Amino acid sequence: MSGYKFDNKVVQWVDDRLPLFSVLKHSTTDYPTPRNLNYWWNFGSLALMVLVIMILTGIFLVMNYTPHTSMAFNSVERIMRDVNYGWLIRYLHANGASMFFIVVYIHIFRGLYYGSYKAPREMLWWLGLVIYLLMMATAFMGYVLPWGQMSFWGATVITNLFSAFPVVGDYIVTLLWGGFSVDNPTLNRFFSLHYLLPFLIFAVVFLHLVALHTVKSSNPLGIEMKGPQDAIPFHPYYTIKDLFGVGLFLIFFLSFVFFAPNFFGDPDNYIPANPLVTPAHIKPEWYYLPFYAILRSFTFDLPFLPAKLQGVLAMFSAIIILFFLPWIDSSKVRSAKFRPIFKQVFWIFVANALVLGYVGGQPPEGNLPMIGQISTAVYFLFFPFLFLLGKIEKPRALPQSISAAVLKDAAHSTEKA
Amino acid sequence: MRKFLLSTLAAGLLAAATPALANEGPEIEKQAWSWQGVFGQYDKAQLRRGWQVFHDICSNCHSMKLVAYRNLSYLGFSDDEVKDFAAEKQVTDGPNDQGDMFQRPARPSDHFVPPFPNDQAARVANNGALPPDLSLMAKARNGGPDYVYAILTGFDDTPPAGHVVPDGMYYNKAFGGGNIGMPPPISDDAVTYADGTKATKEQIAKDVVSFLNWTAEPELDQRKSLGIKVIGFLIVLTAMFYALKRKIWADLH
Amino acid sequence: MAETSTTPQATPPEGETRRDFLLYATTAVGVAGTAMAVWPFIHSMNPAADTLAMSTTEVDISSIAEGQAVTVTWRGKPVFIRHRTAAEIEAAKATAVSELRDPETDDIRVKKPEWLIVVGICTHLGCVPLGQKPADPKGEFGGWFCPCHGSQYDTSGRIRKGPAPKNLAVPNYTFLTDTSIRIG
Repeated sequence: MSGYKFDNKVVQWVDDRLPLFSVLKHSTTDYPTPRNLNYWWNFGSLALMVLVIMILTGIFLVMNYTPHTSMAFNSVERIMRDVNYGWLIRYLHANGASMFFIVVYIHIFRGLYYGSYKAPREMLWWLGLVIYLLMMATAFMGYVLPWGQMSFWGATVITNLFSAFPVVGDYIVTLLWGGFSVDNPTLNRFFSLHYLLPFLIFAVVFLHLVALHTVKSSNPLGIEMKGPQDAIPFHPYYTIKDLFGVGLFLIFFLSFVFFAPNFFGDPDNYIPANPLVTPAHIKPEWYYLPFYAILRSFTFDLPFLPAKLQGVLAMFSAIIILFFLPWIDSSKVRSAKFRPIFKQVFWIFVANALVLGYVGGQPPEGNLPMIGQISTAVYFLFFPFLFLLGKIEKPRALPQSISAAVLKDAAHSTEKA
Repeated sequence: MRKFLLSTLAAGLLAAATPALANEGPEIEKQAWSWQGVFGQYDKAQLRRGWQVFHDICSNCHSMKLVAYRNLSYLGFSDDEVKDFAAEKQVTDGPNDQGDMFQRPARPSDHFVPPFPNDQAARVANNGALPPDLSLMAKARNGGPDYVYAILTGFDDTPPAGHVVPDGMYYNKAFGGGNIGMPPPISDDAVTYADGTKATKEQIAKDVVSFLNWTAEPELDQRKSLGIKVIGFLIVLTAMFYALKRKIWADLH
Repeated sequence: MAETSTTPQATPPEGETRRDFLLYATTAVGVAGTAMAVWPFIHSMNPAADTLAMSTTEVDISSIAEGQAVTVTWRGKPVFIRHRTAAEIEAAKATAVSELRDPETDDIRVKKPEWLIVVGICTHLGCVPLGQKPADPKGEFGGWFCPCHGSQYDTSGRIRKGPAPKNLAVPNYTFLTDTSIRIG
């Protein structure tokens, strides 16, 4: 590893003792990346950038935040009004959370479309799912901290879910609460864990990158790099392409921060928490809505399995099942580019996820509960269908190699962006 | 690619529709505000009129605990004017060296003194209803300032046929359920503006809602002007990144 | 595990200088942008608006008898208010300025000679000197004695002996009436 020789004596001295520069060189200028990555491959680096922004803004928010029920709401308002640029740091953090999920959802759906979860990238996929779960937990606890109406009631509803588990349910809920309802002990421990978890995420992201470097990136064609003609060094090609993506993303992100900072939020959270008054419509932040819809779809009690427990199990299963995807999807072909039926099914899955999200955000009235149930069924049916599809689908002919495909495309078009 | 664009369009439409659909109540008419849009800024003369309305009318029942008297200097009042506004109210301080609590006039550094010492006293004075704190009202309701304007102008002496208004409540067509605990607070000439503007009910409502938006979003002017500079800068930087990207990738294509 | 070593920068000189210029220009703009992005975070640590607003304290001095002293809090710090006796005023005025480590006449340190108002923080390393209470040691010069390292201040709050480099600081204050002052 430290077989690298550097011209600069200082750099060499450091590297002989701690291979910082070797690692950097190995993973950038000497790291082979497929030459045909498209812009869907930018979202991983964007996610890392958003994580760093969230940790930085979070640290500065904590300099002025008080995690006590009597002061939390007002301390956030003090940040907004009195702390220099406090409004900016707060809006960066709140909107950054939404951006984090937008970026990660696109990143995940990219993985689904191009079969990035298939061998040998199963570990990479799992680590990604662990990051996603940690993000969900972190965002849930973070939303409680301003101690608005939605903070309090969202916390109450979601922690109450655990009472669905037979025998131990109530003990779990009391343990989570640290009391008999969501109150100051709950707020304090959520604050502690909300500060902790992002650093766990950071560690798992590190593992995620190690796993990536072990198997190298996949690519839109889904066929492995066969030699140097298929690859280009990460630096400078993808460093500059990622920077360009960063620029575009920042324009998108900061447009919300400066001109529509409350677009993703709920007005009820500008009302201080009141345990005696329930808001008209309790709903979670948008990134949980599909799972909320799945949770609410189960309304029929079964013997030994009350509807509430069915909903909770279904909600968790919806994510757990993704861990098994590398084996559920039996197709040997990775990329949807060469799987015409899978491609259609993928887009139906995406549309269905949007429907679930919509249903999750509405009060459960009229046709919506039924639509939610159908959508939940479609969501879960996707997986056995994939299993069958892999066995019966006839994929399109795969190209010989990445470079063969790239050269063929170059011959056909006069200019490539 | 097309499928993706369609999907994004669908997602975008859903996102845009959701806030409107989430609002079960009556349609809220959109108003024009001086501080709307990318280049919007507050009209400080309007904010001063709105403060006068809040001061003369609303503050008799509504608290505004998140705003301090010193914040009023943003509206263009002099230090002495701000001191005088503060000194109108008494604040409990202490204990003094004798161990007693005492009253003293408020200072600019104090937050607005609420009309009632606590929620229970507020309820007693208002038929059991608690007039909410107004500091964040423009952000704390669906529809924001448009909704608050609709409430202020939505009172009607003659409710629709068949609609029951319980004792102590008032009919308001913008309020969910139609019955609100607040008596109509404004009418033509309810205040006499210091700057001579004609005080129609609509003008008063416009002015006080603008003031309430400022109390909820005091940073708006700075936020938008900084935003224009930041986005402009990013457009330039991103264009440079793109040009550099094309240059670096040129030998591959 | 293909190890690719490429030198994609091998292009004709004109292209190279143009790309170099673009690279330098973009780097410069990027660095400037990053610096501008860092500033709000640093500035957020400067005193907030409410902290800056709490910068004055009013004190009613009518109950401080001659020879007595009172300690009040201003901006989180102790402020000594001493109602000086004629003897103390005399002693302060009579000191030759040339004897002082931090030369200041008594006149410029008071507005009314019977009222001495100084920040009660030793200018050596920040302890609160003794001398406010009647039983406290006041040092050889009748002012204050700092127990931490032995600095001694006179009846005008000036450093006379010990390691402190400067006189006790005199804050901005105004007499609102004969019996009340506003500090800061």
